[in-house]
Amino acid sequence: MNVIINGSAHELPSGATVAQAVLKLTEAGSGIAVALNDEVVSRGAWDSTTLSEADRVEVLTAVQGG
Amino acid sequence: MDDDLIIGGEKFSSRLIMGTGGAPSLEVLDQALVASGTELTTVAMRRLDPASRGSVLDVLRARGIKVLPNTAGCFTAGEAVLTARLAREALETNWVKLEVISDERTLLPDPIETFDAAERLVADGFVVLPYIGDDPALARRLEQAGCAAVMPLGAPIGSGLGIRNPHNIELIVEAAGVPVILDAGIGTASDAALAMELGCDAVLLATAVTRAQRPDLMAEAMRAAVRAGRAARLAGRIPRRRYAEASSPTHP
Repeated sequence: MNVIINGSAHELPSGATVAQAVLKLTEAGSGIAVALNDEVVSRGAWDSTTLSEADRVEVLTAVQGG
Repeated sequence: MDDDLIIGGEKFSSRLIMGTGGAPSLEVLDQALVASGTELTTVAMRRLDPASRGSVLDVLRARGIKVLPNTAGCFTAGEAVLTARLAREALETNWVKLEVISDERTLLPDPIETFDAAERLVADGFVVLPYIGDDPALARRLEQAGCAAVMPLGAPIGSGLGIRNPHNIELIVEAAGVPVILDAGIGTASDAALAMELGCDAVLLATAVTRAQRPDLMAEAMRAAVRAGRAARLAGRIPRRRYAEASSPTHP
């Protein structure tokens, strides 16, 4: 299935989790947060939250600013 | 002199809050942060870039500086609330510098969206520090809504125009029961000193340091200016007079 991770289309196996989507970008364990279709998915729920076709996943981190 | 800044129950001995935007490299940023003596520093939240090397978070952690995520780039309360929640998740802090702008050209804060977001974030347990115009009425309303501080601008972000309306800043200070942090518009050290002389509890600045020709030296200047302005405020300045008042005896 296709999901949108940080604005780009990625192919993931059906039933893939948020944790698998994050691994497409980084293996960093800390300093990042995930929104699935504009709702925060807490780190503890990454493994248990499954994705659906065309879901939008945003993986954010802190950058210089302000 | 023991003169701590207290925000949301937390103590800071430095009254200079730094931003991290605009520094040409993490090394330059690191040197500037150290020279500034800051204990609280803002970061922005953006999409993770797998290609980027090194993180501003590593710099802050190594220096023991508390991180203050902002919601820069948000135009609506909804975006700001989501960004704050993501920052809380990523950075394990419930502090947020709430910033909801109205347009790209001025980057001026949108008071309606900012107030809406502040109410929602306070209800969600955040320590909210809202960036606002120099509006005494809005500052009072945000304090009543439960914000931990208010952050009026001196001038638009990155403009370096200093404090355009010192009178309004004084009015905000007079009425405030929470810390007033002058945010945005600082161009050079005298602007930071003036903010403190007007009674602000702290100054937040980034561009004035990070885009100075020598960021570390400007950071040092800002540190000294904030301390000098604070001391002058506490010392109590003399009244302004129209005519001279002799400081030497006038009779032989």
